[in-house]
Amino acid sequence: MIEFRSVTKRFPDGTVAVRDFSLVIPSRRITVLVGSSGSGKTTILRMINRMVDPTSGTIEIDGDDIAGIEPVGLRRGIGYVMQNAGLLPHRRVADNIATVPVLRGVRRKDARARALELMDTVGLDRSLAERYPSQLSGGQQQRVGVARGLAVDPNILLMDEPFGAVDPLVRAELQRELLRLQRDLDKTVVFVTHDIDEALLLGDQIVIFTTGGIVAQAGTPQEILAAPADEFVARFVGADRGKRALHVREQNGRPVVVDSEGRAAGVLVPDDAGLGARAGDGSPADGSAPGGRPEPARDGGAR
Amino acid sequence: MNSWPSAFLWLADPVNWAGPGGIPTRVGEHLLYTLVTLLIGVIIAVPAGLAIGHTGRGRGIAVQASGVLRALPTLGLLLLLALWLGIGFTPPLIVMVALALPPLLAGAYAGMDAVDRQTIDAARSIGMTGWQVLFQVELPLALPLVIGGIRSGCLQVIATWTVAAYLPLGGLGRYIYDGLAVQNYAEMLGASVLVIVLALLADGLFALVQRLVVPRGVLAGRSRDVRTRTPRRSASSTPSTTAG
Repeated sequence: MIEFRSVTKRFPDGTVAVRDFSLVIPSRRITVLVGSSGSGKTTILRMINRMVDPTSGTIEIDGDDIAGIEPVGLRRGIGYVMQNAGLLPHRRVADNIATVPVLRGVRRKDARARALELMDTVGLDRSLAERYPSQLSGGQQQRVGVARGLAVDPNILLMDEPFGAVDPLVRAELQRELLRLQRDLDKTVVFVTHDIDEALLLGDQIVIFTTGGIVAQAGTPQEILAAPADEFVARFVGADRGKRALHVREQNGRPVVVDSEGRAAGVLVPDDAGLGARAGDGSPADGSAPGGRPEPARDGGAR
Repeated sequence: MNSWPSAFLWLADPVNWAGPGGIPTRVGEHLLYTLVTLLIGVIIAVPAGLAIGHTGRGRGIAVQASGVLRALPTLGLLLLLALWLGIGFTPPLIVMVALALPPLLAGAYAGMDAVDRQTIDAARSIGMTGWQVLFQVELPLALPLVIGGIRSGCLQVIATWTVAAYLPLGGLGRYIYDGLAVQNYAEMLGASVLVIVLALLADGLFALVQRLVVPRGVLAGRSRDVRTRTPRRSASSTPSTTAG
């Protein structure tokens, strides 16, 4: 569990990136921080591994104030995945993944062997192990980034717009992979994005920011879609329009869900069939969605 | 008057290749002077340049200091120091080091500058210490440009050490000043040719080293990029100076 207690971050130039921010990030869940640029979400993420130190307030991980933890050691215990993967261009894929374990004193040979296992975990072919990052596609690089983040088997995984720079098809694939990984690995994931669709798809908990690290609303995707706290949130999630403003129509005696333009989005079935209320990913909610996400298992276990 | 044939005759004359004042000795002296100069220059400028690049501080001072050093008139400074410190190896050495510092410094911090900030940020985020970032990330990636700075400094130093023979000192400049005194243009021109050959050889050597130190992963990426610049050119363009 990560807890922010009235955290404020004021940069030397006077800008306040985060103002009196409090939040509990539950363990073994995906918490998504979402907002437009300048909203302070990345600053908040970077405060968890002390890449940024708060001006005031405290941050605790499992009850320990991280201000008392030496930053380098803290960072080595927390997985970090960033946009464009942030791989070391002069190291091979396996060495990139093995970087942190080697820093922590694991023998290079063992770390590389473990790196190969991690490549399996994130769906990378082992034949890529001796390639350099520049020889991989954007999606593959991002998988290497995730593997590196998992290399020390951390409890916490920080992801800073990790899928922001890959094309939409690859992004959708990586998002599905992340959900699959999370089901297997049960990490505490803190995920930053500006894409509300991504937030609704991935988040167990979503925190929506206005500017300056002010929270507009925090809650589950269902709560936010069901009751946007204010007009800003409503506009941000697009609850008032398009594919999220869904209506129920009777068709041959069955309730069919249609979007604001009348296109069919799915059918309504009783809840025990395991379909959640989320239509955020825009896929037909009939359970046969291509590459269907593991919604039933997740929702059953999460709340 | 065409001195070229006589210059090559001078170069070909075995008499000039023998003895304590012979061409091999002078070339050896010239190389030794250059090596000592570069060594001192590298010890001063490269750590400074790396520190500036790593911390991002002191860049303004470095640029200004480089400017001042570049503006110094070499011969004037040489005479001034010779009058002050007396005749010997030290005055020209100081002058040559001063001459070598700007390109070395520029190469070092340009190299550090060229390292992607995101890569450095990622390295810190996963838990590298400042030193680990410097030695495992920044230095390997900056090395081609650092070597480029040394390369450009080396050219200048080889060319300018000839001036030091103005004081009674060895090196290839000896022939030029001695030749001038007795109007032996063949000797002067021959020695100039030797300086040029030496400079070209040193430049070629550094070009080779520069290629060798480009990390393979970076080269691998480059082959897929649009080939607007060759590794060699991109490495030497930034710290280039008014090389002699």
